[in-house]
Amino acid sequence: MSTDVAVLGAGMHPWGKWGRSFVTYGTAAARAALADAGLEWTEVGAVVGADTVRGGYPGHVAGATFARALGWQGARVTSVYAACASGAQAIAAARAQILAGLADVVLVVGADAAPKGFFAPAGGDRPDDPDWLRFRVLGATNPAYFGLYARRRMALHGDGPEDFALVKVKNAAAGALNPNARYRVPVSAEEVAASPVVADPLRLLDICATSDGAAALVLTSLDFARARGVADPVRIRAVSTVTPAYPRTELDLPDIATDSAAAVAPAPGSFRSALARAAYEEAGLGPEDLSLAEVYDLSTALELEWYEDIGLCGEGEGAKLVREGATALGGRIPVNPSGGLASFGEAVPAQAIAQVCELTWQLRGTAGARQVAGARVGISANQGLFGHGSAVVAVR
Amino acid sequence: MARTRTPVVAGWFTDDVQAEDGSGERGFRLLGTRCTACGSVFFPREDAYCRNPHCAGDELVEVPLSPRGTVWSYTDGRYRPPAPYVSDPAVPWEPYTLVAVELAAERMVVLGQAAPGVTVADLAVGMTVEVVPGVLDEDAGGVRTTWHFRPVPEASGPQARTARESS
Ligand SMILES: [Zn+2]
Repeated sequence: MSTDVAVLGAGMHPWGKWGRSFVTYGTAAARAALADAGLEWTEVGAVVGADTVRGGYPGHVAGATFARALGWQGARVTSVYAACASGAQAIAAARAQILAGLADVVLVVGADAAPKGFFAPAGGDRPDDPDWLRFRVLGATNPAYFGLYARRRMALHGDGPEDFALVKVKNAAAGALNPNARYRVPVSAEEVAASPVVADPLRLLDICATSDGAAALVLTSLDFARARGVADPVRIRAVSTVTPAYPRTELDLPDIATDSAAAVAPAPGSFRSALARAAYEEAGLGPEDLSLAEVYDLSTALELEWYEDIGLCGEGEGAKLVREGATALGGRIPVNPSGGLASFGEAVPAQAIAQVCELTWQLRGTAGARQVAGARVGISANQGLFGHGSAVVAVR
Repeated sequence: MARTRTPVVAGWFTDDVQAEDGSGERGFRLLGTRCTACGSVFFPREDAYCRNPHCAGDELVEVPLSPRGTVWSYTDGRYRPPAPYVSDPAVPWEPYTLVAVELAAERMVVLGQAAPGVTVADLAVGMTVEVVPGVLDEDAGGVRTTWHFRPVPEASGPQARTARESS
C-alpha cells in the first residue's frame, strides 16, 4: 500500500516581527496554500492546526481558530502541540486521516507571534516542570544548551568558531534569495565574529532569533490529486515522529541531566539520527538519494550535527562539508536552501511546516534563484523540547 | 539572627553524606534515586517509577551521586536569563559559567553552575571537577542553596591526598 500523500498547495506568511495576531498570519498562509492548490476552502474536509503556546496553554486551541477565521464550514478539526515538532505532527495527523480514508483534502496550518528575547517557561512556582526548573535552578536558556553542544564539538572534532560562522554565511546567502525569509542580507564571517558572545563559544549571529510567521500546506490523497488533473504532485512519503530511546545519553533541553547508562547499554546513534533513520526506512530511501535537506539550525554548530545525523557524512565530519561548500546552493547536497532558521528565526508551530513548504517548491522546481537543480528527494528534520522531533521525506 | 538557608529544590542535594575516603567527614553530594529492580539511576530523582522501558520497578531508593566527574562541556550566560531565574535587574549582569559533568559510575551527564569565579577560560573538556555547596540567590527572606562544580585543585586530588596521608 502506498503511504504517499500529495502536496497540492504550500503557502506562507513572510517571517518577521509584524506585531499582529498569529491568527492573521495563519489565515494568510492558509489562503496562500489554498490558492496554490487551486482549491476552495469549502472543499477542505479537515483542518489540522499546530498550536501556538503562550503561558502554558494552546492559544485559541489552534485548529478551530484557523477554521473560524476562514469561516466555519463543518470540517473535521484537529489541534496538535509537540514543541518545535508541532508542525510535523500536524502533517502526520493530516496524512494519517488521508491514508485512513477519513478525508480527501486536509489543510495544515501553523502560525506564531513570538515574544521578544529568550524563550521562557510559563509563570508561577512549578517545581514539577523540568522546563521551569532549568531556568529557576540554572538560568539555562536555550542558547546555553547550544553553547554546550558547540563546545563539545570543538573538543571532540576540532571544529572552530570559524566553521560555525561558515554555516551562518551559507544560510544568509540562501535566505537573501527567499522572499519569505525575515533576514535577507548576506552576512560575512567577519560580521559573525564581531557579534557579541551570547553563550560561549556562540555569538549572536550563531543563534537563531524568534519570529512571527505562518506556513500552511494543502495535503490530499493521490486519487484526489489525479482527479484534479495533477498527475505528478510532490508527495510526502514518510513522516517520522519517534521518541528517543532509553537511556538517552546526550544532554538535551530542558533536562538538567541525561539518563544513566549504568544499567542499560545505550543504543548507538543520537535521537536526531533515529528521527532521520525512521523516516528513511519508511520512505525506502537513504541519504544517498537526497537532492537537498532542510534541517533545524537553532544554532550554526547544530546544523553541523544534523549533517552527521541525517547521514550526509560520518560523525565529526560536518565541518568538512561546510568548508568544502558541499551544503551550499550549487554544492553536492544543499542544506537549508531556504536560508534555514538563520534567515527565518523560529516561529515554533510554523517552522516544521515551513520546512516542508521549501521541500515542495524545490521538488516542483519553482524555488527561483535558490533552486536546487533537478531536485527529486528532500528531507526535513527538526527537534524540540521534551523529546519531540520529526523528519519528513518528500519526493517528486 | 542567621538567615534561613533553603535548598532551591528539596531532596536534590545534601551536605551530610559520609566521605568516601574513610575520614569520617560528612560531605556535600547530589542526591539521585536508584531502581531496586534494575539498578538504573535517576537525577533529578524519580521516586514513583523507573523509566527503563524494560523494567516495571516502582521501588526507588535515594543514592548520593559521585562527588567528582569530568567536564563533558561548558558554556556561559552573557545575558540575564528570564524569570524564574532570580536576579536583581538593578544590578549589572555578571555572567556565570555552566558546566556539564560526566559521572563515570552513574554513566550520566549532570548540568550545574560553576562555582563563583570559575570562567570558561578555567575549564577544558575532560578536566576533573567536584561538586560543592553554593548559593543561588538570597534576599531578606533567606538564602537559596544549590550545587556548584569547580575544578579539583591539583594539590587536593586523590593522589595528592594519599601522598599527604602517607607522609
Ligand atoms: Zn528499573
